[in-house]
Amino acid sequence: MNALDVVLWVVAPYVALTVFALGHVWRYRYDKFGWTTRSSQMYESRLLRIGSPLFHFGILVVVLGHVGGLVIPKSWTEAVGVSEELYHVVAVVLGTIAGVATLGGLAILIYRRRTVGPVFSATTRNDKLMYAVLALTIVLGLAATVLANIVGGGYDYRTTISPWFRSIFYFQPDPSLMAGAPLLFQLHALSALLLFAIWPFTRLVHMLTAPVGYLTRPYIVYRSREEHRTGARAPQRGWEPSSR
Amino acid sequence: MKVMAQLAMVMNLDKCIGCHTCSVTCKQAWTNRSGTEYVWFNNVETRPGQGYPRTYQDQERWKGGWELNSLGRLKLKAGGRVRKLFSIFANPLMPSIQDYYEPWTYDYDRLFSAPMQEDTPVARPRSLITGEPTKISWSANWDDNLAGGPELAPADPVLRKVSDQVRLSFEQAFMFYLPRICEHCLNPSCVASCPSGALYKRSEDGIVLVDQDRCRGWRMCVTGCPYKKVYFNHRTGKAEKCTFCFPRVEVGIPTVCSETCVGRLRYIGIILYDPDRVVEAASVPDDKALYEAQKSVMLDPEDPAVIAAARASGIPEDWLEAARRSPIHKLIFEYGVALPLHPEYRTMPMVWYIPPLSPVVDVLSGTGHDGEDAGNLFGAIDALRIPIGYLAELFTAGDPAPVRAVLRRLAAMRSYMRRVNLGQERDESIAAAVGMTGEQVEGMHRLLALAPYGERYVIPKAHAEQGAQLEELATGCSLDYEGGPGMNGPFGEASGMPAPVAVENFHALRERQSGDDLDQAHELRGRVNLLNWDGKGTPDGLFPNGDGEKRS
Repeated sequence: MNALDVVLWVVAPYVALTVFALGHVWRYRYDKFGWTTRSSQMYESRLLRIGSPLFHFGILVVVLGHVGGLVIPKSWTEAVGVSEELYHVVAVVLGTIAGVATLGGLAILIYRRRTVGPVFSATTRNDKLMYAVLALTIVLGLAATVLANIVGGGYDYRTTISPWFRSIFYFQPDPSLMAGAPLLFQLHALSALLLFAIWPFTRLVHMLTAPVGYLTRPYIVYRSREEHRTGARAPQRGWEPSSR
Repeated sequence: MKVMAQLAMVMNLDKCIGCHTCSVTCKQAWTNRSGTEYVWFNNVETRPGQGYPRTYQDQERWKGGWELNSLGRLKLKAGGRVRKLFSIFANPLMPSIQDYYEPWTYDYDRLFSAPMQEDTPVARPRSLITGEPTKISWSANWDDNLAGGPELAPADPVLRKVSDQVRLSFEQAFMFYLPRICEHCLNPSCVASCPSGALYKRSEDGIVLVDQDRCRGWRMCVTGCPYKKVYFNHRTGKAEKCTFCFPRVEVGIPTVCSETCVGRLRYIGIILYDPDRVVEAASVPDDKALYEAQKSVMLDPEDPAVIAAARASGIPEDWLEAARRSPIHKLIFEYGVALPLHPEYRTMPMVWYIPPLSPVVDVLSGTGHDGEDAGNLFGAIDALRIPIGYLAELFTAGDPAPVRAVLRRLAAMRSYMRRVNLGQERDESIAAAVGMTGEQVEGMHRLLALAPYGERYVIPKAHAEQGAQLEELATGCSLDYEGGPGMNGPFGEASGMPAPVAVENFHALRERQSGDDLDQAHELRGRVNLLNWDGKGTPDGLFPNGDGEKRS
């Protein structure tokens, strides 16, 4: 275990996750107005209707797969009778399908963004950076899965990467677990950390306010004038809130 | 019974000359920003015509508003909550910018920068969406005054519902203008469609607003509104809509569109209604019964039981007084001439319309008849089925009876008042023929024709008693603020919320009365308040020191 390993697999994750968490708090407090999907559907609908659901539903499955692979310990799945072979087959098949759907959707969306005039002119530099990091992460993840498991003999990341990932969250990070992982997995993890670090400052924030509350709230929302105040800050007492 | 107040509007279509002043002033006030170039909170459509956005009334295509499911219960026409969440990544019903129009500007710089040449330089149009040169082929009122009538008017979804025979003879028959704003519905489908819960109906006055801090740009409100009056700001990625000019009406002045209307055709007032009965009324099986059902939700402001319930619901006295004087209540109930726009959308719209009689009068006058004779007018209303059928599709879900009744009342007013103006004796029989008294007809004439400002707009101010608290008058406790007197905020002196001026004045005065010298202001917590500096002494921090340092 050398210093580089500590920097990459201890320092970097904590920095990225701290930026992720505090960045969202900061963004929510000071830029609620900018917290939006910034949909470009008004400009172009035909490509979006294929690309966007393909990408979003794909990435949702990918996220679920990561929860299953990283968060749930191998011992738990084995305790309920899921063998390593079974897990492996399911994870590789499902992961590859979802990964290809995600990547295909993303390719359509990026193609649309570049070629459709109004969409391109509504694309900021921030968006471009975000798309690059997002695409890199997805490509590396898919490549790692495909190369290690389909071309190669298979790699059981649940004995190395997953414990490392969990060790971060109970504050006993073990960089040696990660240091021995194949290069593609390492690169995928690093680019994911970079993605988490820029996340709060991009349009990806819309994910954190996925409207699941819609399923349970009453249809018609009534709000009183007093409850609602404009702006992200609490208004100062006095003359400012003319709506009061 | 719970009682809520609702700000509502009535527009008298007979007086609309289609000048678009309301649209222009509204745009100047609210949507003259980038991203809202195509947004018209207020627009004026020529009927028959396609409307804005194009064919928005075709709910088979756009699926706005509510419908009844097989159990007879109200559901969103575009699908329920689960379906909405599944189509959130690409909303299949979202209008494109082409359904509105591609906003443009002109290459004005060409006029100055073009080299000397034979021809006059021209400023070519450029799209504000792409920045490229564009060809203007549509706009918010492209079919104004039936422009392109034979090609464009047949696409009017309302016209298509009326039979073929009507369609052919239609454009000779009549044309009128329909100014539209957000309906501020009692049962708003845009609010119900918003996944984030960013759209809400204000409980004090019923204005439907978008919380810009909570909107996440899911776009479901745009498709949920059957009137297509929620717009997507394509720069900020947030929904925006007509605000009923709430900063204006809160202080008792009318909306910009009303204030600037040259025809003085808009009326603003309060309606009291029972919110618990809205869903029930919006669920009546027969579309044609929705007009009466919506009326049944509105309460009589003179009824002592309603007044008592309204007080119990916390509606202030001045609002109850405004509800009793409301021109809206008069036009809907006492005179019975206002009708809702598209009640069949089941959103319970609160901007109502007095249908135009002028097309009927025009046809009569054009054929050499006396257009103000009661007998002629009554006959013509019944004979000219075309306008009635069309108006009924707009205002009563296709039921001609209420439209006919309204037009007959307007006709009766016309001929009754002509006799008055010509110095003839008042003919009660004309009023009686439409179920009114002469006095009522004259009252209606005063409201519709003379339309005094103070009677057109009866707008109670927003909670005057709270305003008093704001100004720290005696209605609230002046020590009632964060931390209380003498307390500092969490980060030391002068942090936290500032102390009310009254408290500061109190301490300063006490200091002045009991202190040794005039400029001692230790109780001022290190801040200078010019309001309590009477010119005597030099309080700390107010003047610089001679040597450039702050006085200690």
